[in-house]
Amino acid sequence: MYEIVKKKSINSQVELMEVHAPFTARKCEPGQFIILRVNDEGERIPLTIVDYDREAGTVTIIYQIVGYSTECLSQLNEGDYIHDFVGPLGQPTVLKKHKRVLGIGGGVGAAPLYPQLKKLHEMGVSVDVIIGGRSDEYIILEDEFKAICDNIYFATNDGTRGTKGFVTDVLNTLIEEGNCYDEVIAIGPLIMMKAVVAVTKPLNIPTGVSLNPIMIDGTGMCGGCRVTVGGETKFACVDGPDFDGFLVDFDECMRRQGYFKEQELHACRLDEKVDALEK
Amino acid sequence: MPNMSKEKVKMQEQDPNVRITNFEEVTCGYTLEEAMEEAERCLQCKHKPCVNGCPVGVPIPEFIKAVKEGHIEEAYEIIAEENRLPAVCGRVCPQESQCEEVCVRGVKGEPVGIGRLERYVADYYMKHVDQELTPPESNGKRVAVVGGGPASLTCAGDLAKRGYEVTMYEALHELGGVLMYGIPEFRLPKDLVRQELKSITDLGVKVEKNVVVGRSITIEELFEEGFQAVFVGSGAGLPRFMKIDGENLNGVYSANEFLTRVNLMKAYDTHSPTPVRIGEKVAVIGGGNVAMDAARTAKRLGAKEVKIVYRRSKDELPARQEEVHHAEEEQIIFDLLKNPLKILGEDGHVIAMECIKMELGEPDESGRRRPEPIQGSEEVMDVDTVIIAIGQTPNPLLRNTTEDLDVNKWGCIVVNEETMETTMENVYAGGDAVTGAATVILAMGAGKQAAKSIHERLSSL
Ligand SMILES: Cc1cc2nc3c(=O)[nH]c(=O)nc-3n(C[C@H](O)[C@H](O)[C@H](O)COP(=O)(O)OP(=O)(O)OC[C@H]3O[C@@H](n4cnc5c(N)ncnc54)[C@H](O)[C@@H]3O)c2cc1C
Ligand SMILES: Cc1cc2nc3c(=O)[nH]c(=O)nc-3n(C[C@H](O)[C@H](O)[C@H](O)COP(=O)(O)OP(=O)(O)OC[C@H]3O[C@@H](n4cnc5c(N)ncnc54)[C@H](O)[C@@H]3O)c2cc1C
Ligand code: SF4
Ligand code: SF4
Ligand code: FES
Ligand SMILES: [Mg+2]
Repeated sequence: MYEIVKKKSINSQVELMEVHAPFTARKCEPGQFIILRVNDEGERIPLTIVDYDREAGTVTIIYQIVGYSTECLSQLNEGDYIHDFVGPLGQPTVLKKHKRVLGIGGGVGAAPLYPQLKKLHEMGVSVDVIIGGRSDEYIILEDEFKAICDNIYFATNDGTRGTKGFVTDVLNTLIEEGNCYDEVIAIGPLIMMKAVVAVTKPLNIPTGVSLNPIMIDGTGMCGGCRVTVGGETKFACVDGPDFDGFLVDFDECMRRQGYFKEQELHACRLDEKVDALEK
Repeated sequence: MPNMSKEKVKMQEQDPNVRITNFEEVTCGYTLEEAMEEAERCLQCKHKPCVNGCPVGVPIPEFIKAVKEGHIEEAYEIIAEENRLPAVCGRVCPQESQCEEVCVRGVKGEPVGIGRLERYVADYYMKHVDQELTPPESNGKRVAVVGGGPASLTCAGDLAKRGYEVTMYEALHELGGVLMYGIPEFRLPKDLVRQELKSITDLGVKVEKNVVVGRSITIEELFEEGFQAVFVGSGAGLPRFMKIDGENLNGVYSANEFLTRVNLMKAYDTHSPTPVRIGEKVAVIGGGNVAMDAARTAKRLGAKEVKIVYRRSKDELPARQEEVHHAEEEQIIFDLLKNPLKILGEDGHVIAMECIKMELGEPDESGRRRPEPIQGSEEVMDVDTVIIAIGQTPNPLLRNTTEDLDVNKWGCIVVNEETMETTMENVYAGGDAVTGAATVILAMGAGKQAAKSIHERLSSL
């Protein structure tokens, strides 16, 4: 059992937790993730490690409430326990000592982007970031990014913050203005990462993306997380989750990610369970 | 006078038409009377050929004698000396090619139902005897065990019995390995596995679940933490794919994914938060136990038509006969001498599979006749779900994170077959991680052998 030592609401749909998980805290690196089960009947859901404290043995996760299991997680409070919590999983991000890097985070994708940019900043790389969200309310980790980035830009669908439009609109502008980046790191919805790559690939700006296919074990045992990268099948949980964006078959990823939508959305199942949990 | 019937005492089974609608156990086990009657068939052979057929050396005539006399607790104690997972083994051991293959009674008629008796004894004991285990006194020596499958459990249990302080590290949230995530509930009930595992962990084995050795902690770090030996029983969990077109379409599962969703994550219960989808027409590719399990599971989830697609003929099916027989009873269709060429999709989802007919040519190195495609015999079958069950190899995670651990060209950990020691000093390995996908009882035998070597090494220190 893994104690929740801190819980914080970030916006109406996104929350942060610090969880006591010494095995994970001792070894994790930016880019890696954990898999948790909220209770002993729970499903296994992957979440990126956003931060860690090796001394205290804690790991920070940030999650968006999108369905049954994240809803169950959100019902827990400080002092409660998460039933299972395994990590660190996946490969650490390979961070190169470039001159200048642009991070692009969409929605809750800004959370996994943060530790990577933070590490780059600590390595002495000059870092800019574009954060996107549906509206101002969904912009997360602004202060944290400000502390490590030279420039911070925003894009919201409704224009309540920064550019009205997509992160790629900001990206295009930055490039038109003559900004040069050695690498772009894009983390967010698959459709956003695909759009970013559509801009960077013709310009040959190396672009790292972080894939989030449906996972179960996270150890390479089930093959459910397979993705096509450069024409080859890879298991995102052990070979990734970071890949060279130029090589990823995003359309296949998007299709596979939606495979269980109907079952996941089975509303009666969800309500029943959440009701039972509240009692 | 022994019971000279040529046949084993029949075991009750659920009716095939009923059992394909539920996940309850197919076979119902013996009653006391039936068990005693079957035990009478054993001739108590002095030279005990049957025992040589058992990889862990269960004292077969001795335990059967106790059953014959109705002393079931005593029979259990006799078995448990050599095998701490008898309820599991009695159900899933391929007895026909092990203990029962060499049983004298098998010469004329059916061998003694050793597995069935073993199962009876274990079930009786679990149901009627409240087992209170007191861990033996510690000898102060510490051993780490990687994985929680049958190989590791056996190694851990044997060492704990000898007073070692054993810590078991399992990557998943449950112990048992394939017993929990692979073999379906209707063949091996999970509550029973949990209960039987407890008889091992109660010997004082410290269990750390949710720890992936190689990631959460490395083998080197285990030694730094004061462990004096490590046993690796990480299994053969990496699913093989065919590398044909369409394998990443929606509706294509590896057997591991499909079975893990249903078994470990209980997706057969529609209230489980872990989803599973099954179509109407399912093709399972492969002919082993895993393929049979996947096909029978698909049927129970409501698929209308389930086919086993296998490239050789019925005689070469690697699955246990009993499983093939059960599958046939459950209306699984055997589409043999056929090999998939590609999986066809529409809007990203499987709609059909193109196959080619095969014929058997000359025997290959394995002695089996080699299947060869018949030119021009391509055909397309309508399917909406494909489950690939063509084998598993050892998971590369551990070897990729452990420099000095040598593996062969198939990724199997190299060991000294006498001692089970790997190329790293004081690191031992056994089970599927060493042999590739094999059987529960061979994994247990390897765990036992390794425990013996570890004991010899550490007690001489
Ligand atoms: C490596 C990785 C890192 C991730 N990091 C984060 C993170 O830091 N913060 C965050 O909010 N989310 C993250 N996710 C996504 C998160 O795992 C899903 O949002 C979560 O599993 C949804 O579960 P649910 O039951 O609440 O929703 P559901 O209604 O069951 O599912 C909603 C959608 O989430 C996805 N999903 C569902 N089950 C899984 C699963 N087992 N594995 C992966 N995706 C699934 C599917 O696209 C699904 O359509 C990450 C995913 C991966 C693979
Ligand atoms: C569907 C199916 C049906 C089968 N049916 C039969 C049958 O009827 N009869 C029979 O005899 N055999 C059967 N087998 C084969 C049998 O189950 C295996 O041979 C046996 O389980 C091997 O035992 P093991 O201990 O070596 O490995 P496993 O049972 O695979 O256990 C390995 C364990 O190690 C864990 N692990 C792996 N890597 C790590 C790591 N890095 N850190 C921590 N933990 C780790 C895994 O999560 C797993 O729990 C079947 C197999 C399958 C898949
Ligand atoms: S453990 Fe398996 S091989 Fe050994 S006697 Fe029992 S059923 Fe036979
Ligand atoms: S070989 Fe058969 S008959 Fe002889 S002792 Fe063993 S089980 Fe009994
Ligand atoms: S999640 Fe099972 S192999 Fe990646
Ligand atoms: Mg879910």
